[in-house]
Amino acid sequence: MKKIEIKNLNVSFDGFHALRNVSFDIPRNEILSIIGPANSGKSTILFCINRMIERIPNVKVEGDILLDDRNIHTIKDVEELRRRIGIVYATPIPLPMTIKENILFGPKLKKRLTAAKAGELVENSLKAAVLWDEVKERLDSSALRLSGGQQQRLCIARTLAVKPEVIMFDEPCSGLDPISTAKVEEAMKELKKDHTIVLVTNNTKQAARVGDRTAFLLMGELIEIDSTDKIFTAPSKQKTEEYVTGKFG
Amino acid sequence: MDKIISKLLFLAATSSTAILALIALFIFKEGVPIMAKSGLAHFLFGNEWRPLQGMFGIFPFIVGSLWITAGALILGVPLGVCCAVYLAEFSPKKWANILKPAIELLAGIPSVVYGFMGVMWLAPIIRTHLGGPGLSILAASCVLAIMILPTIVGVSIDAINAVPKSYKEGSLALGATEWQTVWRVILPAARSGILAGVILGMGRAVGETMAVIMISGNATIIPNNMLDSVRTLTANIAIEMGYAIGDHRQALFATGVVLFFFIMGLNMIALKFSRRKF
Repeated sequence: MKKIEIKNLNVSFDGFHALRNVSFDIPRNEILSIIGPANSGKSTILFCINRMIERIPNVKVEGDILLDDRNIHTIKDVEELRRRIGIVYATPIPLPMTIKENILFGPKLKKRLTAAKAGELVENSLKAAVLWDEVKERLDSSALRLSGGQQQRLCIARTLAVKPEVIMFDEPCSGLDPISTAKVEEAMKELKKDHTIVLVTNNTKQAARVGDRTAFLLMGELIEIDSTDKIFTAPSKQKTEEYVTGKFG
Repeated sequence: MDKIISKLLFLAATSSTAILALIALFIFKEGVPIMAKSGLAHFLFGNEWRPLQGMFGIFPFIVGSLWITAGALILGVPLGVCCAVYLAEFSPKKWANILKPAIELLAGIPSVVYGFMGVMWLAPIIRTHLGGPGLSILAASCVLAIMILPTIVGVSIDAINAVPKSYKEGSLALGATEWQTVWRVILPAARSGILAGVILGMGRAVGETMAVIMISGNATIIPNNMLDSVRTLTANIAIEMGYAIGDHRQALFATGVVLFFFIMGLNMIALKFSRRKF
């Protein structure tokens, strides 16, 4: 079952061709890792999927992206799309509020919550992001005082609170230590059960650890997409092999 | 070499504070005796300002300054902050590039010109349509609101631009609209900077003299409503300094002392509110 379908995606910024004819599917309930060197267009794909790319001036996007067989441009408002497809950025950016307010920020945009509902949502979201035990005593203290790894898991929890169907991670562990990284990866594997996950990462080992399937992107072109095992043990393209074995990148 | 430079810089830093201290000392030396002589409570809360009979009650001027400043803030702050939000967050770049310098230009207009416009154009409108003498709290507040706009807009735009872009991206990614993002994330985050702009604007409104003398009517009475004429603390000094001698002269300095505390008090209140929560 495919959740997202990308067809002939072309993106150019001010004449720079960032993505060329990229097409692939993202199936439901699995983790798709997108790997590739810097500037290969990995994050650009994510920004096309949640339409954040429209905020950048002088960008040209061609091709179709379907979410549950429906073109994302036909979805009534872009906010609706972004609630269905959450994103976690490379640098953890909690909003300048308390931990609790950070979690409730998204849900409260849409509707009022009773105190009981809100408490439950905060607890469930934090548990799903493997952060609850560390912060349950100080939900009303500033989110900016958490450590980097905790902030990143708070960002995951905050995304989960909106109840998205798809979660995209844009190099979520690039600034984290190995222990925090392990916790984030643990959360991702857990989330796979109810969500479709896209993981953009610079770290090929991470892709090997958590991805069900892996896509390799180079200079804006999709070189290869296949099951993670195959990509890392017997890739069909030479470029892929060179990249995953660390010959370049 | 380093030592000499650091000494010189130290001298520069302390001299500006020293100047402030000297000014304060001088004003206090001149002003405090008369306050003691007529009694502090009498001086601050007396309703009668009759310098020739030795009656120095500045309460009407305190009330006048408060009314006009409050009026200017009520009119100017929402307008200024909305303007800043538009320019910083919503307007296309080329519009911002035209509008921002235009607003800054407002600061370059001499206050006497504002006052003149107020007298010739605004006061008659108020007199005809709302009644009263025209030269009034309302007229002065309107003019001051425009005069403090450049300060509020300029500082607020800087404060909004200083909010990390990542807050905005985070908020939008959670499904917030542009407006929800501004209202719930950006304005709270920029709050202390915006308040700093409001403080600066307030300082200008309290301290403004020329325009206020021209359009507030300068009546030495306690106003009943927005359409009455009033005199402010600053106007009191400026109007009477030419012919004041003896106790009268000292009473004007004492007015300066009150003004000094007035502005310090307002600053402290505003600073207290502007303390960041995070």
